[in-house]
Amino acid sequence: MAKLLPRKDVVIVGLGWTGSILAHELTDAGLDVVAIERGPWRDTATDFNIGYMPDELRYAIRRELFLQPAQEAITMRNDMTQTALPMRDYGSFLPGAGVGGAGVHWNGFTWRYFASDFVLKTHLTQRYGAKKFDGLTIQDWGVTWDEIEHCFDKFEYLAGTSGKAGVIKGVVQPGGNPFEGSRSREYPNPPLKQPYSSSLFAKAATEFGLHPFPSPAGNLSRPYVNTLGVAMGECTYCGYCERFGCANYSKSAPQTTILPVLIKKQNFSVRTECEVLKVNLHPDGKSAKSVTYIDTSGNEYEQPADLVILAGYGLMNVRMMLLSAIGKPYDPSTNQGVVGRNYCYQTGGGGASMIFDDKRFNSFMGAGALSTAAHDFNSDMDHSKLDFVGGCSIGSGESNGRPIQGRPTPPGTPRWGAQWKEATAKTYGHVMSIGGSGSSYAQRGNYLDLDPTYTDNFGRPLLRITFDFPDNDIRMQNWVGEQCVKIAKTLNPKILTAGKARKGWNSVTYQTTHNTGGAIMGADPKTSAVNRYLQNWDVSNVFVMGACAFPQNAAMNPTGTVAALAYWAADAITTRYLKNPGPLVPA
Amino acid sequence: MRDSQSVKLCRRRFLASVAALPVLTAGSFAHTVSGKLPWSPFAGDPPKPINPLGWYFLSPNEVATVEAIVDRLIPADHLSPGGKDSGCAVFIDRQLAGSFGNSSHLYTKGPFMPGLPTQGYQGELTPSGRYRLGLKALEDHVRAANAGKTFAQLAPAQQDVLLKDMEDGKLTLKLAPGFSTRQFFELLLQNTMEGFFADPLYGGNRDMVSWKMIGFPGARYDYRDYVEKYNQPYPFGPVSIMGGALGWTVKG
Repeated sequence: MAKLLPRKDVVIVGLGWTGSILAHELTDAGLDVVAIERGPWRDTATDFNIGYMPDELRYAIRRELFLQPAQEAITMRNDMTQTALPMRDYGSFLPGAGVGGAGVHWNGFTWRYFASDFVLKTHLTQRYGAKKFDGLTIQDWGVTWDEIEHCFDKFEYLAGTSGKAGVIKGVVQPGGNPFEGSRSREYPNPPLKQPYSSSLFAKAATEFGLHPFPSPAGNLSRPYVNTLGVAMGECTYCGYCERFGCANYSKSAPQTTILPVLIKKQNFSVRTECEVLKVNLHPDGKSAKSVTYIDTSGNEYEQPADLVILAGYGLMNVRMMLLSAIGKPYDPSTNQGVVGRNYCYQTGGGGASMIFDDKRFNSFMGAGALSTAAHDFNSDMDHSKLDFVGGCSIGSGESNGRPIQGRPTPPGTPRWGAQWKEATAKTYGHVMSIGGSGSSYAQRGNYLDLDPTYTDNFGRPLLRITFDFPDNDIRMQNWVGEQCVKIAKTLNPKILTAGKARKGWNSVTYQTTHNTGGAIMGADPKTSAVNRYLQNWDVSNVFVMGACAFPQNAAMNPTGTVAALAYWAADAITTRYLKNPGPLVPA
Repeated sequence: MRDSQSVKLCRRRFLASVAALPVLTAGSFAHTVSGKLPWSPFAGDPPKPINPLGWYFLSPNEVATVEAIVDRLIPADHLSPGGKDSGCAVFIDRQLAGSFGNSSHLYTKGPFMPGLPTQGYQGELTPSGRYRLGLKALEDHVRAANAGKTFAQLAPAQQDVLLKDMEDGKLTLKLAPGFSTRQFFELLLQNTMEGFFADPLYGGNRDMVSWKMIGFPGARYDYRDYVEKYNQPYPFGPVSIMGGALGWTVKG
């Protein structure tokens, strides 16, 4: 029997980026907030220690800071005819665990999605007609660029993002991304120093007629004191960024931006290594009354609260909704229901890899988001003569030179033995590539639900992913890949290899941790799980954070938009919901 | 408030343990943080360099086979010592004796069913179990086909042919459901390369031989002055987490 605890105003499930943002905003509004986090407490000095953080085996290969499948696994299949089996190890994507969540070990790309991305269905229909995306279940987000711009701004100034604005108050800025939505001001910090590969890409892309610019990075180009008064350090390009915690206070993370302020508040506490089992609803099913959680000794607790914020990784939020009967589960056979709908990913595979005899790249001098990008082939390009919608941001840069994972050889080289060794020694440091993140659009057979067979340590069903890349996205990625090859040719590499996107999503090889959808936002309760404020349509005191709210994924890394939506939801809660608890949008 | 020292001691003991403890019941770590950052000095969890002497998991016969294999995957030449002298077999032994070997971080609940290539490894055996079975099956095959000779006793060219046949799926050893000969080869190759390129503190990459071979500076920390020096080699050699090349490796 669970021990009943004293009531709190707010319980937050998960203390990563969105949990930290919501906790900070809601405690500022005077609420008593408790966060429940299944992973351990982590801080920079202790857990991301410079003395031993640069350890590829421990952190990048064995992935010590990540969620381990022993704690929560997910099953997968490519289509509904197959039997889903558990990913016994995570591979294709790597969810976070512990305080800071994936905000600890991300690369730091801090994008804003395009203005057109938020109204994608309307935009594409107006531009090409709805037939252009027949078979894709593309939807609008229910929120517009103009409404949410101040939330992106707030996050960038919290995070200390390093970049160059492309459009400020409608005026295009030299050196930035001319395709971005109009922003209210410049980034808080200038771009990072760009490496050799980025400079070569910038030159080649410019000659190709594109508009290259330094990618906005959560790796700080200079010392910075953020909007909460937290001091951050300058990035040293150490090359241990993604999969690692930053030992240098230079990567935007909850630890380096919010937690030092949040933890000191008397109206906030976090219970770590406590796993929430379910959200308990009142008998009418219209509001949540508490969450049940279990600590590492197996003691169960019931934590009552007036407001429940699901702030775990997007996939886990969807699972928590399904386990707690929050919202109607999606059924692809009838196309009814909402929870699990429009699961999307990020499309990769196209691109160009180059080996040079006469160029040396010190790729070990890297930062997670150190790259120069071009968005000419992103989702808002002209598709009128193309057989797809969507697009891909492309670019080149250096994130790391860690050799267990990254030691390319020319195509056809054996994978071991004397020839392999000769080629490895000769090729390391002479490779650059052009590629990027492609959009991922929803289609009916791609969805999330609870697995009928496999369970976790508490007997709860695992989440099941049914997914394959839609044909539209494969065509898009391969067309963009061809453009990357054309650009690469102008650099005269000794060997040029073209990448190819293929059907058959493989859960073993790392691709991206950009899983989106499943609890999507929108204007219609029949086709979205949460309203435009991330409030569940049915259970109005439950708000659901994360990329699970994206109706489809754009051609950029999601964190900037995830954080902006968190601020957008926090603003709605503090300025509107608290005055009059209940649905913020009539269903 | 949390007592950081005792928590860390607890965790270190847990990580060092060879026993397959379920992650969630390994000890009581749950605690509440509020009011101030829970920080105390020396509470970190630094790695403990392996002691290179002796064998923790592999039997003497298995050691001979693994040493022969890693020396073919990474043969000694003018570029670097071979896999054996680089410590790859020691690395594999220590990994198999620890949490990697016993799958304690993985999802190991049944039912176990044959999977599609997109679904990854679906066998019931842990990595250490796969080595034990795989090495025995390899030796059984080699002895039967070579008048009682072991893998280590074959000529290097013969060893290469066997490894290539395993890699290409041309050789089928008697293994277990969900664990193919090709998968065994992939596991051997993965762990050998991990050992060769990981920080030396895990037993492989002795004296940072692989890092010197490719020009990777290892655990260096600050490249701010070099990022914009285009098309120029970095002037300094590698360092490991434990420091430079001298003063810590055990000779002989």
